[in-house]
Amino acid sequence: MLELGPIFRALLRNKVGAVLIAIQVAFTMAIIVNSVSIIYERSQETKRPSGIDEENSFFINSSGFGTNFGAKATINKDLEDLRALPGVIDAVQINAIPVSGGGWSMGLQTEPGAEHDGIGLAVYMVDEHGLGALDVELLAGENFTASDIRWRGNAESSWPDKIIITQAMANRLFPDVDYAQTVGKTVYINDNEPMIISGIIDKLQAPWVGWNNVENAMLSPEYLERDAVRYFIRTEPGRRDELMKTVEEMLAQNKERVIDGMRSIEYVRERSYRSHTAMIKILTTVIITLTIVTSLGIVGLASFSVNRRKKQIGIRRALGATKRDVLRYFMVENFLISTVGVVLGACLTIGLNIVLVNALSLTPMDWYYIPIGMLVLCLIGQIAVFGPAKRATNIAPATATRTV
Amino acid sequence: MFSYYLKLAFKSIRKNPLLSSLMVLAIALGIGASITTITVNYLMSANPIPEKSEQLFYVQVDSWDPHNSFNEESNDPPNQITWTEATNLFTAQKASKQVVMAKSGGIIVPEDQDINPFEAQIRLTTGDFFTMFNTPFLYGSGWQITSDQNREQVIVLTKKINDKVFGGENSVGKSISLAGQHFKIIGVLDTWLPVPKFYDVNNGAFDEPEEVFIPFFLKESFELPNWGNTNCWKSPEGEGFKAFLRSECINYQMWVELNSDTEKAEYIDFLNNYVSEQKALGRFPRPMNNKLSDVMQWMENQQVVQDDAKMMMWMSFMFLIVCLLNTVGLLLAKFIGKSSEIGLRRAIGASKSDLFVQHIIESACIGLLGGLVGLLLATLGLKGIESLYGDFVKNLVSLDVTMAITGLLIALISSVLAGLYPTWRACNISPASQLKSQ
Repeated sequence: MLELGPIFRALLRNKVGAVLIAIQVAFTMAIIVNSVSIIYERSQETKRPSGIDEENSFFINSSGFGTNFGAKATINKDLEDLRALPGVIDAVQINAIPVSGGGWSMGLQTEPGAEHDGIGLAVYMVDEHGLGALDVELLAGENFTASDIRWRGNAESSWPDKIIITQAMANRLFPDVDYAQTVGKTVYINDNEPMIISGIIDKLQAPWVGWNNVENAMLSPEYLERDAVRYFIRTEPGRRDELMKTVEEMLAQNKERVIDGMRSIEYVRERSYRSHTAMIKILTTVIITLTIVTSLGIVGLASFSVNRRKKQIGIRRALGATKRDVLRYFMVENFLISTVGVVLGACLTIGLNIVLVNALSLTPMDWYYIPIGMLVLCLIGQIAVFGPAKRATNIAPATATRTV
Repeated sequence: MFSYYLKLAFKSIRKNPLLSSLMVLAIALGIGASITTITVNYLMSANPIPEKSEQLFYVQVDSWDPHNSFNEESNDPPNQITWTEATNLFTAQKASKQVVMAKSGGIIVPEDQDINPFEAQIRLTTGDFFTMFNTPFLYGSGWQITSDQNREQVIVLTKKINDKVFGGENSVGKSISLAGQHFKIIGVLDTWLPVPKFYDVNNGAFDEPEEVFIPFFLKESFELPNWGNTNCWKSPEGEGFKAFLRSECINYQMWVELNSDTEKAEYIDFLNNYVSEQKALGRFPRPMNNKLSDVMQWMENQQVVQDDAKMMMWMSFMFLIVCLLNTVGLLLAKFIGKSSEIGLRRAIGASKSDLFVQHIIESACIGLLGGLVGLLLATLGLKGIESLYGDFVKNLVSLDVTMAITGLLIALISSVLAGLYPTWRACNISPASQLKSQ
């Protein structure tokens, strides 16, 4: 019923146009399918939660420069003032900000000795208010107490004797043990220096969003005794912007320092993932333009072939073919071309994916992208060819007789 | 003849405006996408100092952990050096010029009370920096090596800071307060924006240079903080700033200027001897692995061109292919549609080569039009990239003459190539068969 034979033989008489369309479909498919796979991967990454209360948190830098600037006294006073502000849930001094791109990493290992490899993790230095300010939940063990917190000097190289780590880090360190059982275990930093895990928190990401250890982090109970410090502040929902102003003004009252770099976590997150968001937008534009270009190509060539076959169509109509038969002819013809195109396209897609994976260390795409891509491309072809095919059905049988 | 064919081409383009604009648009999109991505890649991989990029070498020595290589994959030495190496290799003065440096920061307190104190990025460096990297000076000059050796408190400002603190006037000879110390201004740089920021690609390869420059060894005198990446494989032995400086942590960069292969070989020998001496002192536990890379090798090694940029460039080339295939198909349709006209021209005496030239010219015209529109699209595309990526690409999104000409050339060549087959088909139309049906 589909008259595949005659259509196929007719195609062979005008190979070039068909081959051009098929190759176009193949390239389009390779680009589109790979783009979709990249878009999906990137958008998954940008959606990962960081563990902190992003909407209601911000941070601010304070750099003292006066000769009489007392670091310890200033930090103590600042923290007291910040925590007393109405609307502030909690505030801490911290060395680095999650998902911001800059921070401090160390390695932890379960056996002492330089010959053992450590597992990388991000270090956040906070006091006992860390859990509240960062909005992380303690799953096991206990929080630091005020007496656990020490002052870390500028070039201090030793570490506190207890830490809190993320659940992900606990699972990496002790893969065979339930995370709750790791509380009280000893791990080693700097090859030999022992520390005891005193608590496990649910989730806290490292500052580097592209790092493969991004879920590994620890809280270290210390204040940094420095002139240049950073405070992390979490506010009640909806009061962040108002409090950002208040905090800046309050800290700036001390003229012995420069207050700057105040940013909301939302801003930092947007900036950290900007290249991902940009890539997603660019690839989406590519997909749309490419689909339009290819469709227009199909429309152009199909219109041309309809024009050329006016006489034949007229004859067929005169000999009894219905409008539907004519429509079907062009739809089936396009389907045949598309089929060749998408089969070729499947190979190209896999090829391009292999190149991208090898050269640019992308993750290989899932197999089901390919059949879906093939279907979609065939569908695009059918939609594109419908217009010209519809016009072909309007060719009157009389056309056949006119010029003979 | 050429102008006649040109006239014919435009006539033919106008005759079928829809098909023609479709072709121009297809080429324009392909060219626009390609030129946008090529520009970004081209600027990322640009030679920032073409006049002497082959004489400047980045110095790497392997002072890393005996159990783990710094680069697991390539086994390359660490990408920075320790304070100890920076001091020793600088003091040796074995190359014709050498510079050791690091990034730091401090508060500038302007004398003018109306200007608020602010934090500035510092490049700690040595005297040869300015002559090695050909930095342009607006006022004054850099310092001599004696200033490094004597730890003189001299400073070179960038134009930006000079404008901010001194309103743009010649500030040479004045004093400025930085990090709690007074520095004598000896020079002000003119605008200097090397892309990439090759002399230190560790902290943002496309960042702007630091805001002020002061002698390197003042880091120790004033205990200036480490900005920029610091990596350690072993914690410092002892407490305090001095112990931290003497540790195995890397935070410093070194460049040497070597004018011949002999000088380069001699410098490598010197490095090898130096490492052997240090090994005798119990340092450098890894196998000997010293490396000199010239500017472009170092950019390559540090993968300054982002993977995303490369990927987009490949994708845009494939995009261009699709657009060209599209054009081939449409040209084919168009030329075959002109069969009867071609038949007529053949019948009244036009040779095949006449027709060939005529149609190639027509394709080339479409290509050039597409190229021009494509350049407009590329300008838009670059604007789009700038708004999507923000500051990071600020210096990477300007379309220069080279890129514009490249774009037009690609458009011209590819449209002529796309026109070849359709033209060949058109030339082979036999006059008789076409005239028959008239």
